[in-house]
Amino acid sequence: MEEESDTRKINNSFLRDHNYATEADIISTVEFNSSGELLATGDKGGRVVVFQREQESKSQPQRRGEYNVYSTFQSHEPEFDYLKSLEIEEKINKIKWLPQQNAAYFLLSTNDKTVKLWKISERDKRPEGYNLKDEDGRIRNPLTITSLRVPVLQPMDLMVEATARRVFSNAHTYHINSISVNSDLQTFISTDDLRVNLWNLEITDRSFNIVDIKPANMEELTEVITSAEFHPQQCHTFAYSSSKGSIRLCDMRQAALCDKHCKYFEEPEDPSTRSFFSEIISSISDVKFSHNGRYLMTRDYLTVKVWDLQMENKPLETYQVHDYLRGKLCSLYENDCIFDKFECVWNGSDSVIMTGSYNNFFRMFDRNTKRDVTLEASRENSKPRAILKPRKVCVGGKRRKDEISVDSLDFSKKILHTTWHPHENIIAVAATNNLYIFQDKVN
Amino acid sequence: MFPKGTKRKFSDSGEEPVSAGDQVPPAAPSVAARTLTSSYSLQRQSLLDMSLIKLQLCHMLVEPNLCRSVLIANTVRQIQEEMTQDGTWQIMTQALAAAQCPADRLVATEVLCRQTDAAAQAGQSPKPFSVVGLEEGYHAEEVVMEGDVETEVTMSTLSPVSPQLSSASYLAGPFGMGPCWEEEEEDGECEEDEEEDSEECVSEGEEADRDHLSADSRTGEQVFGTFEIKHPAPPPDPALEELFSDVDPSYYDLDTVLTGMQSAPKMGPYDLLESLSSHGPTTLSSSSSCRSDLNELDHIMEIIVGS
Repeated sequence: MEEESDTRKINNSFLRDHNYATEADIISTVEFNSSGELLATGDKGGRVVVFQREQESKSQPQRRGEYNVYSTFQSHEPEFDYLKSLEIEEKINKIKWLPQQNAAYFLLSTNDKTVKLWKISERDKRPEGYNLKDEDGRIRNPLTITSLRVPVLQPMDLMVEATARRVFSNAHTYHINSISVNSDLQTFISTDDLRVNLWNLEITDRSFNIVDIKPANMEELTEVITSAEFHPQQCHTFAYSSSKGSIRLCDMRQAALCDKHCKYFEEPEDPSTRSFFSEIISSISDVKFSHNGRYLMTRDYLTVKVWDLQMENKPLETYQVHDYLRGKLCSLYENDCIFDKFECVWNGSDSVIMTGSYNNFFRMFDRNTKRDVTLEASRENSKPRAILKPRKVCVGGKRRKDEISVDSLDFSKKILHTTWHPHENIIAVAATNNLYIFQDKVN
Repeated sequence: MFPKGTKRKFSDSGEEPVSAGDQVPPAAPSVAARTLTSSYSLQRQSLLDMSLIKLQLCHMLVEPNLCRSVLIANTVRQIQEEMTQDGTWQIMTQALAAAQCPADRLVATEVLCRQTDAAAQAGQSPKPFSVVGLEEGYHAEEVVMEGDVETEVTMSTLSPVSPQLSSASYLAGPFGMGPCWEEEEEDGECEEDEEEDSEECVSEGEEADRDHLSADSRTGEQVFGTFEIKHPAPPPDPALEELFSDVDPSYYDLDTVLTGMQSAPKMGPYDLLESLSSHGPTTLSSSSSCRSDLNELDHIMEIIVGS
């Protein structure tokens, strides 16, 4: 894949020289919209930056649709919960786009507690020739007005404005980890550690709780919800994953409270690899339906699994992301890396899946050819417009020239968030505070 | 070069002992097989210690991650269960019971969770959930707040946690992941070698603890001073009763809390914490400065309990 690097920081060169990153700039989510024209990123500082793809122009064929900044806005501010004396982080946990229905774009963004619906719209005309105020906006002295005129719309420089149209708040005691828009385009779910709430996009003061796994006695809590998603076509079906490595598929038509799942997906544990960390590494960090709605993909600490919705007792395919970490689980437990929540993503045709790893590596698995590749998102190791070189981690014994040994992996450079264009082979990869966009080379 | 037949280790620093030890499947309940490696139990112990530290480190400003806490708590419980099967749990419990008298254990969670910054804001909020298996006392206040209702009564009850300040200091203070990581590396290296070396490493950790002790005594004074205010007799307010109606009343059973002993295999959290210092000396100099305050505390508790 050819690389086209795109970074957001204005004073980028300063950062690069000093190798310093403000925490607020750490990207916490990336998402293409349903046409692939827009790419949204959320960061730890509560900001959303939306990129738009340039129209391909015949005069400059080499600039094949680059992504440029389209809009930047502050989505969430830090808050303080006075009752618990705790800060509520403004970090954007997830962004989900609504399919486009008119000229404006809509997206949902969420932090730990509040979901907001943002409208992003363009303004390229403005009215001129008001009667009661002049062009500066100052009120005119009515005594000086001698005639009436009709204001006329005049073109102006394109302005993109983002406005918060809805704020869905006060429905979550615990931290929201995911949101998902229903295929009916009228409702969405927001999920925290113990509950899933169903909202109508128009109604902000009420939500329905459809899953609640909070035990009566919190001491008995041993499992939390880690992610939930609506089925892409069936508006009554959704799935949620747990920290114990199971996925439950629920049908909202069965009951108001979806405590009884219709399907339960779990792979029995392999007793030969059991350790104290077995449960932790089985915790699912992300669940994604395939575009065709027939499969589910889950990401746990060391693997990605593809499940057939018709087969609950074991996954259809299992891919090892970084099995060489299996011997390092104790260290990774100590430095908390074992709790890192990696995301996974399908390509548009559901033939390739992608997920991140450490050392700014990310992995792609071709489900048909069974081939996989490890690539690196880093400025030092690749030039712009150069083809990415596959990387390899050497597990033991002799290390070849280009290989990297497990011990020299940088665990602070983790790729947790990636997204794939819905139709084309364009991917966006967030590496800490840098965004990389890679496109497939077209001959 | 190695003589034929000797398997060379993968790497000196990389291979984690616990994982290696875990290749002995716990499913095989052969006690002989399990007690084979005292290194395995040392590693298991260090994993337990690490997990407890992770659970106890209270993040002052932001609510800790519930998923992470639940996973760590499950790990602790798993170790606890295995140690119970082993019989090592009983040994620990008995040893600690003999060593301690219950009244000495009363240290507020404020001391544990509050950092050495004495100007830290009041109303420190504990974790939003109760840790499974490590029940009672040590998070009685969390249970109160857990009542799914926004109205919160900050009844900061006494939580019986060990005043073994070596343990307490594990919890308070800037004992962040950084120093932990380095220490563990030392431990890791030590455990690769002889047992004596690993003991040295552990005592190295103890020294780090002692540095935190003085800080604790400072905050200890401040915290104990506020106890009188914070402990009226529980009011028989019907609204409050209703609020707490879904809370297990055993949390308020101060007798259980004070006696501090629960039936095996469940250990109180303070017992677990004391086990952290089981390698090292049992009392430390600065604990005596807190002792007078603790006696006063005893007195107050007696009044409340009405004994």
